[in-house]
Amino acid sequence: MVKVIIDDIEVEVEPGTTILNAARKIGGDIVPPAMCYYSKLQGSGGKCRTCLVEVAAGSATDPRPMPKLVASCSTPVNDGMVVKNKTSQRVYDNRAAVTEFLLINHPLDCPVCDQAGECHLQDLGFEHGKERTRYEEKRRTFDPIDIGDKIKLHMNRCILCYRCVYTANQLTDQRVHGVMHRGDHAEISTYIEKAIDNDFSGNVIDVCPVGALTDKTFRFKSRVWFLKPMEASCECTKCAGKAVIWMFGDEIYRVTGRKDKYGEIEDIDGKTAWICNECRFDKKDKSMWKIEGPRVINRHSVISQNQYIADDQIESKKLTGK
Amino acid sequence: MSTIATNEYINQPEPEFSAEKMKEVQRIIGLFPEGKQKSALMRILHIAEEEFGGWLSVPTMNYVARLLNIQPIEVYEVATFYTMFNIEKPGKVVLEVCRTGPCMLVGSDQIIEHIEKKLNIKAGETSADGIFTLKTAECLGACGYGPMLQCGKHYHEHLTPAKVDELLDTLRKEHSDK
Amino acid sequence: MGRKLLLEHANVPGIETFEVYRKNGGYRSVEKALKTMSPQNVMEEVQASGLRGRGGAGFPTGMKWSFLAKPEGVPRYLLCNADESEPGTFKDRYLMEKIPHLLVEGMIVSSYALGCNQSYIYIRGEYMWVLEIVEKAIAEAYSNGFLGKNILGSGYDLDLAICPGGGAYICGEETALIESLEGKRGNPRIKPPFPAVKGLWGCPTVVNNVESIATIVPIVNDGGAEYAKIGIGKSTGTKLISACGNLAKPGVYEIELGLSVEEFIYSDEWCGGIANGKKIKACVPGGSSVPVLPANLITKTAEGADRLMTYESLAEGGFATGSMLGSGGFIVFDEDQCIVRNTWNFARFYAHESCGQCSPCREGTGWMEKVLRRIEHGQGHMHDIDLLAEINKKIEGNTICPLGDAAAWPVAAAIRHFREEFEWHVTHPDEAVKRNFGIASSHMPLI
Ligand SMILES: Cc1cc2nc3c(=O)[nH]c(=O)nc-3n(C[C@H](O)[C@H](O)[C@H](O)COP(=O)(O)O)c2cc1C
Ligand code: SF4
Ligand code: SF4
Ligand code: FES
Repeated sequence: MVKVIIDDIEVEVEPGTTILNAARKIGGDIVPPAMCYYSKLQGSGGKCRTCLVEVAAGSATDPRPMPKLVASCSTPVNDGMVVKNKTSQRVYDNRAAVTEFLLINHPLDCPVCDQAGECHLQDLGFEHGKERTRYEEKRRTFDPIDIGDKIKLHMNRCILCYRCVYTANQLTDQRVHGVMHRGDHAEISTYIEKAIDNDFSGNVIDVCPVGALTDKTFRFKSRVWFLKPMEASCECTKCAGKAVIWMFGDEIYRVTGRKDKYGEIEDIDGKTAWICNECRFDKKDKSMWKIEGPRVINRHSVISQNQYIADDQIESKKLTGK
Repeated sequence: MSTIATNEYINQPEPEFSAEKMKEVQRIIGLFPEGKQKSALMRILHIAEEEFGGWLSVPTMNYVARLLNIQPIEVYEVATFYTMFNIEKPGKVVLEVCRTGPCMLVGSDQIIEHIEKKLNIKAGETSADGIFTLKTAECLGACGYGPMLQCGKHYHEHLTPAKVDELLDTLRKEHSDK
Repeated sequence: MGRKLLLEHANVPGIETFEVYRKNGGYRSVEKALKTMSPQNVMEEVQASGLRGRGGAGFPTGMKWSFLAKPEGVPRYLLCNADESEPGTFKDRYLMEKIPHLLVEGMIVSSYALGCNQSYIYIRGEYMWVLEIVEKAIAEAYSNGFLGKNILGSGYDLDLAICPGGGAYICGEETALIESLEGKRGNPRIKPPFPAVKGLWGCPTVVNNVESIATIVPIVNDGGAEYAKIGIGKSTGTKLISACGNLAKPGVYEIELGLSVEEFIYSDEWCGGIANGKKIKACVPGGSSVPVLPANLITKTAEGADRLMTYESLAEGGFATGSMLGSGGFIVFDEDQCIVRNTWNFARFYAHESCGQCSPCREGTGWMEKVLRRIEHGQGHMHDIDLLAEINKKIEGNTICPLGDAAAWPVAAAIRHFREEFEWHVTHPDEAVKRNFGIASSHMPLI
């Protein structure tokens, strides 16, 4: 085990652990935000640069500071490393800059975006964004496209985290979408008109940190915070059948995987509980599910948490015993 | 704009390399260890472009994917990343004028303008007779010999408007009766 | 006239053929190394030579080689970086075009030193005809027993091949090069792991520039100590400089490091001064990504010392008043050139070449390009100038690969040294537009 100090808190982790995962082991508000890293997807991370932290001392043997900020999601810790995240003004400033970069070409369509309320970029903007944009140029725009009859792609909103690409590579047997072009013209696309159609392809919706990939079967345009999330399970031959069903009254509006506070699909019995497309898109009838109880939405998000509490206050309190 | 190939070529049958080209393709694949045939992709795309009309249509790319036993999307991703590959059908002759700093210092803007006027098109367009496509390119490694343009495998350097006129005439003659 | 170690025979008729090259002393280093030296001996000579990577970063080649991991039973690869795309740089092309066997020879000796049995040259796709020249040289080396199995009866096997890129500056970055060589998009990898540990197909890999590898030949022939006698301090040996822009005699020159900048620009032996008898306005001495120097800091440092063609002297004064030797792409601007236009041009280049993987570079380079485009076209505001400085500070150091820095530095330096010119564009929008001698590229789409 190696010892690391992050924002003055010491933690012991396995050698080879990344700074971000060491921080997650400590938990709380010293955990850097991660827009592209996704612990369940091999190779993810390093791209968005929101998780930048300052390394004030490289290791016990070489205590020199690292000259540049490093991406905490892809930098392994050393014994005796000292990391500053929220205690560093430099980190704060540069994270604000990264946030600004992510937002300059992002449309201001939160009011009509399905992801509003559970969008990681919205959270990031809330915590690190500037009040006014300094961007006077034309935003780049793409037309929304259907990737089959179940998934919609709003490329305008994409932050090119590549999570959906890794998901398709690692969860499905044939990837049919990817990144076309390059630079600020890079876009997620199938290139030819093609449905992403595979038992597990719907998971691209769950991993997308923003509203770029959304569920077309989401029955009703509703703000997520008006829905009541319930943990539910079903007998499924393709997946573990452990999901969250989002209800309005007695109706299921949508089905998603069970996400933890970092927005990642939870492990259940030691396996990541990705759900299959049948569970996600087709089981919209309450009788198909065994409801286990309300789902506590435990995201760090200021925006979403307030909303859910307003909706679910009593029940979630009961559930967590507080 | 979103990149979805919807042109009329999309449903055409896949082309095929001649037996002779196939030998060359096999030689190239053989330059890499077993199982690393994907490394041959770039060179084969260059050959495919040369063989199949100067561009990479969807059927061409699907064919290359099949040859290398990779997913078509892997080919689309590569073909759209690298600027040399044409994913839209160009004219018979593609002129790529370098517009980067060192060439600009010695007059590449004027050369581009000259060709634009001469062919009555803007950069990125194809002339009405379907012969010339004019493109701009970033630094082609001929900075000391600019202004310059690339046409196929050839670099034409130390350009002047007069030299450009001569080149256009020669190329037009070569290609108009084909 | 300085010594020529690389280009000595470049103009011998027929030097591109094995026969002529061999007659002029070619492949001696392979004979010497394989017959009389261990790989370790070769490595030691390279370390003794003080050779610094000629691709731009100037990292000592011997040290880089010593980092190569050598796990049992795992192949190692030497990759030659012939992607040459940094604006202003065209020396590698010259070398490969003129004397391709020098590169092949260097690859053999270097591969031997590193214990590689399979090496590749990755050449930019636009140099397709150069690829054909080098490929021919490789074939000749095979048929003369310098490549293949059991080279010269030494028991050492080496296969060498050349592969083209497809038009992407970023593939000059070593991990992007590796990705590209694996048949993928040229997205640089996140480091660690470094290529020396995990490179091509997950195996330990060294990437070296064409000129670095060619230089191994004279180092092995004459000994590292002999090589180190040329040059000044830590800038040893000779360097190819590709001179361009408004010079009387642009071209590729092999200089001994330590030559004065003044002599290089003005002497008839070299660039012959500024073209058309004009005055010099600025100079970018090491490829487009290094800081621009204004006229008063080109031949003299801020301290008033003579500026020399060495890694150290060109960097004298840091980024405040110095620049870098970089890749040796020496770009000279005469008095009529517009710095704003050129800065915009370079910014456009980097925006065009960003792989788009990480947000500061993808968004920041595009943003800078657009702001600079506006200023150049008479639509800028005063606050844009500070905005630019701010954007480039936030790109620098925050990206996956150094392209972000490469995009940021030229803008920062141009504003630092030529701020009035930017301000003039803001205060004189009409005249600024008129100065755009060509209207052509102003309305051109990025891609
Ligand atoms: C964006 C970028 C582009 C580069 N382009 C080139 C290039 O075209 N040729 C080159 O030799 N090195 C280039 N480099 C440097 C290489 O990454 C690498 O350092 C070099 O090939 C190492 O060789 P050397 O040690 O022999 O110089 C580039 C680096 C970056 C970050
Ligand atoms: S579509 Fe979503 S998951 Fe895919 S790259 Fe864009 S932001 Fe990431
Ligand atoms: S710095 Fe630019 S080129 Fe390098 S990885 Fe990031 S986006 Fe790609
Ligand atoms: S989460 Fe680390 S760079 Fe995106």
